[in-house]
Formats: sequence, C-alpha cells, structure tokens
Amino acid sequence: MSSRENLLVILFTSIVALVLSIVPLPEWLQVMRPAFLVLAVLYWSTMAPFVAGMALGFCGGLALDVFQGSLLGEHALVLSFLTYLALRLNLLMRAKPIFEQSLYVLVALIGYESLLWVIDGWTGRSLSSPLRWVHALTGALIWPVVVGVLGRFHSYR
Amino acid sequence: MAGFGTSVGRPIYGRGPSPGLRFTVYALLSLTLMYLDQRARWSERLRYSLQAAAYPVQVAVNSPAAAWHYLTDSFSTRNTLRTQNLQLHSQVQALQLDLLRQRALEQENAQLRELHRTLPPLVRKWQVAEVIGVESGTLRQRLIINKGASDGVHVNQPVVDGSGVMGQVAHVGPWSSEVILVTDPEHAIPVQVTRTGLRTIAVGSGNADELLLTYLAANSDVKSGDELTSSGLGGIFPAGYPVGRITGVRREANQLLAQVRAEPRAGINRAREVMLIEFDAANPAAPPAPLARSSADKP
Repeated sequence: MSSRENLLVILFTSIVALVLSIVPLPEWLQVMRPAFLVLAVLYWSTMAPFVAGMALGFCGGLALDVFQGSLLGEHALVLSFLTYLALRLNLLMRAKPIFEQSLYVLVALIGYESLLWVIDGWTGRSLSSPLRWVHALTGALIWPVVVGVLGRFHSYR
Repeated sequence: MAGFGTSVGRPIYGRGPSPGLRFTVYALLSLTLMYLDQRARWSERLRYSLQAAAYPVQVAVNSPAAAWHYLTDSFSTRNTLRTQNLQLHSQVQALQLDLLRQRALEQENAQLRELHRTLPPLVRKWQVAEVIGVESGTLRQRLIINKGASDGVHVNQPVVDGSGVMGQVAHVGPWSSEVILVTDPEHAIPVQVTRTGLRTIAVGSGNADELLLTYLAANSDVKSGDELTSSGLGGIFPAGYPVGRITGVRREANQLLAQVRAEPRAGINRAREVMLIEFDAANPAAPPAPLARSSADKP
C-alpha cells in the first residue's frame, strides 16, 4: 500500500474517531466512552510511525481542544507526548501479544488523563471528578477491538 | 516517485528530524498556545476561526438526532397536532393575560420611579437558537448553538429558555457559539432568594439538575422550596429572572456554611431551542455594564 493511500486511511479513521469522541451521548455512557481519537492516534503511531507522526497527535489534540473547549493546546501537548512515546516504543509495542498491549494502553491512557489533570489543576480550570479516570479502563478494554478494526485498513502487521 | 526513490511511508530510521526534536517543537507550540489562551487571551481570534472549521462537523454529528426529531415531527398524527394546538391556544391566552398585567405593572413601576414616561422595553432584541451540540459531563456542561457572530451573538450574552436562565455565551464562532450552562462547575451566577431577599451565588455542580449555593452561612434563612431569581449583580444577567428552586438544605453543627442544593428552573438537558437576549441599558432592570471581564460570573 502506498503511503498516500495510507495517509488517507489514517486521516479518515482519525476523523471517524474524532466524531465518535464528540457525538453527544447519555450521561452514563458518556462517562464510559473511551477516548477513541487517542486510541486511533496510538494505533497509527505504533503501526505506521512514519506516516502518522507527531503531526497527527498534535492536530488531533488541537481538534479535541476546539471541540471540547478545553485550554487551547492542552490535549495537543499531551497527545503529541503520547505519540512521541509511541514512536520511541513502537517496535517494543508491536512485538507484544494483544492483551499485553492493552496493559500498555491502560498505562498510556492513565498517563494521558494524569497530564490533563495536572494541566487542569495548574491553570485553575475545573473541579475534577473521579469519573474522569473511567475512560482509561474502557479504552484499554476496547483496544483489541480497535486493533481488529483498524487492522483491516492496512496490509502489513 | 522521482528523486531519491523512497516513498514517504517507507520506514527508515533516522529520516528527518529526530523524534525528540520534533516533540520539542510541538511541545513548545502547544505551550505557547496554552499560554496565549490562559494568560493573554489573544487566542480568541484563533479559537474563532477554529470554531468556524468545527461547525460542519458539529452539524454532521448532530444530524442523526436532528433527522429523528424531523421525522417524529413530520409523522406526528393529526390528533396529537390538534391537542397540541389546543394546548398552545390556551397557553397563549394565559400568557396574554399575564402580559396585560405585566404592562400595567411596568407602568406603575415607571411612575414609582418618577420617570413620568414609559420605560423602554427591557429586552431590546431576542433571537431563538437551535441546540446543535450538547456536552453534559461532570466537568463540563455546555451547549453548542447554531447562532454566532454573524447573527450578532457576543460573549457573555445571557441565554434563557421559556422557564428560566440557562447560561451565557462563552465562545463565539462565526455561525455557532458555545454556551456555558449554569450547571457547569466553572459557572457561577449571582442570585437572590425571593422570599427573604438574601443574595448569594449559585455555582454549577456538573450535574444537569443541580446547582450549589456554597456561600451561605449555616444560620442563613433558607429552606427547601425557596425560589431563586437572578440578582442582577455581576453585570451579565438582568435582575429577577427565575434561576432555580432550593431542593435541600443541610446544616451541620461543626460546619460554618450550610450545604444548600437547588434545581435549575430551565430545562437544562431538555431544551432543543434556547433564547439569546440582549438588554436595553436604558431600562433600570437591565444589568449594568460590566466593569471588567473579571466579574463573578466570568465563563
């Protein structure tokens, strides 16, 4: 598959993930909603590290900032950091069995939420509720599904 | 591909700047954005254009819900329409009676204020906006509405529905705006208990059916069922608009402050349409011009 097609696929799936991240849901579902865009960005930056680089993380984070109205650059910073880690560790990550990958994803998502939490605290944004951590768990649980779905979009594994 | 014959997607280590360098660049960029957004507020213009770019996506995301409402509306039976029509008729009559009374009261008020002329209407302009996006998490209670700067919407404009205050405009885009609801934990609205005239501040709880009155002393005179109206302080909301009703008061012997909960009057998570209002500053009930943007109910 050419890198151009790859790029289109990556952009398309990321936009779908963004829509999934912002589509309004009832409150109890909202709490459990995995950070789809973060999962997609993680997937593409481990599986196609030279097509989906940090630019994807940065732009995706910026989109989250705009749609969720958070401090501009907050999600962008955290998500580019995640892609940086994913780029450094992608070979390690790819070699692991899928359930071990889920554990890594759990750690990554907890790190993601902690960084957001710290920035929220520093900038005096909002009160935090313990429910904001739930999505890390559901995100890790859904990771095998993400791999299954996104894996269909490219030929090499 | 011409040139060196390597496609961009080919994984070759060491191509381009190192990941660390690229990360530093992106991190610096994000930090600059965050600084500008937090401190300098220069990024309002940037946010404005980003919101313009986001508008089509928001409309698309909302389209299934909108289509559903459209379908249920267009396939509702003659009977339901008839009953609805009757209800609306009786409602209009009741409202007209209220309006007559209100006109009389307004005139009386003007005389009492020795103005010897009728007051200018309090509301200079109002427009209906449709809700195209809802965020109701515990951290953020916001609405996206389909009116923006091109319709004359401005930041801090009060947003109400038929039954009470909903919130205020937090960010404006060209065709859409973000409304921060009174139940958002970052929002506070100056209120008055109508029974006693006691003034205090109602803070959002992050829960769409609850407001918290966190600054009331334990011995203050409030009880369940008291009505809250906006007090007109703070320069954003006019005085006397219904905000909520107190649902619970808890006093503990070792606490200086009472724990008071209220439910908002407006249908925070039911509204599909909201009203944006603009006040005539000449009317004494209108909110005074805000001194600075850093009033109590800054978004």
